[in-house]
Amino acid sequence: MKDLDIKGGTVYFKGANGDEIEGYLATPVAEGSRGNVVVIHHMPGYDRATKEITLRFASMGYNALCPNLHYREAPNADSDDAAAASRANGGVPDDRLIGDVDGAKKYLAELPSSNGKFGVIGYCSGGRQTFLSACNLQFDAAVDCYGAFVVNPPAPEFPVRMNPIVDQAPNLSAKLLGLFGIEDQYPSPDEVKRLDEILTELGKDHEFHTLDNAGHGFFASDRPSYRVDAANRGWELIRDFFGANL
Amino acid sequence: MCTYIVEKVEITGSAKGRNGWFASDEVVVSFDHPVHAMDDHTLNIDFLKSDGSPTDRVALEIRPSDALKFAKTILAVLDEAPDSLK
Repeated sequence: MKDLDIKGGTVYFKGANGDEIEGYLATPVAEGSRGNVVVIHHMPGYDRATKEITLRFASMGYNALCPNLHYREAPNADSDDAAAASRANGGVPDDRLIGDVDGAKKYLAELPSSNGKFGVIGYCSGGRQTFLSACNLQFDAAVDCYGAFVVNPPAPEFPVRMNPIVDQAPNLSAKLLGLFGIEDQYPSPDEVKRLDEILTELGKDHEFHTLDNAGHGFFASDRPSYRVDAANRGWELIRDFFGANL
Repeated sequence: MCTYIVEKVEITGSAKGRNGWFASDEVVVSFDHPVHAMDDHTLNIDFLKSDGSPTDRVALEIRPSDALKFAKTILAVLDEAPDSLK
């Protein structure tokens, strides 16, 4: 598949509570009708690596928008400073996340090139937030990349505020692609298996892949957790999944 | 995984950031993914000015085993200093 010519840059739109937030929008240069992808960044922030992922979706033929989930804590600050401020405040509240993803989706919907189909993808904490988004908003396709605490609560020794959200699974609106690493403990292969079983019992359309020689963060090409085999395979699965559903 | 393990400590001191020295009155200590260090998880220390900008920050990301050495060294140095100076 030929990579398309693309363009990318900062846009502003209304997020949760009507607050203005920023996001990184990437689109093909050519006119046309195309699917849309909301990209949810990981906890370390609205960083260069996530913007590169957003650009990659544009090169694959989608309108892609990554909302800056830490914008309120530190408008116009460096992404690592904003992430630190968010971390000190306990992370991104679930209800605010849903509102911000909804705002990004609405922004994409208003683009003249939107075909009215929407996907969402997130990594690490964004994997859980992808599941949360797809249970509270209407999406056609969702990709959960190693999101923890969807089924299992944090271990007692972790003071994490994240609550399991599997009770929301009956409301899952989208087809779900799950990409996980066999060496990951959060989520562990057992937790992934349990989520797979729950979605099957509910009759929810989903496709899970637990990839060999991969742990948490295997897509992160600027981190030591990067596993090229798993990441390449993951991108192929995403290409086919979004290609079929967007 | 994102651990969200975070503790805050009020301090009186100063830190030198990108715009020079500033009065730091808060330290945030966390154990989570680093931004720059080449470990999956690190002990992270942010020296902050609580009423300042998020960019008024001196950030450290330390390998956990080294953070323990660092903490013990702080305690040892404090022990060496005469009580009359503390």
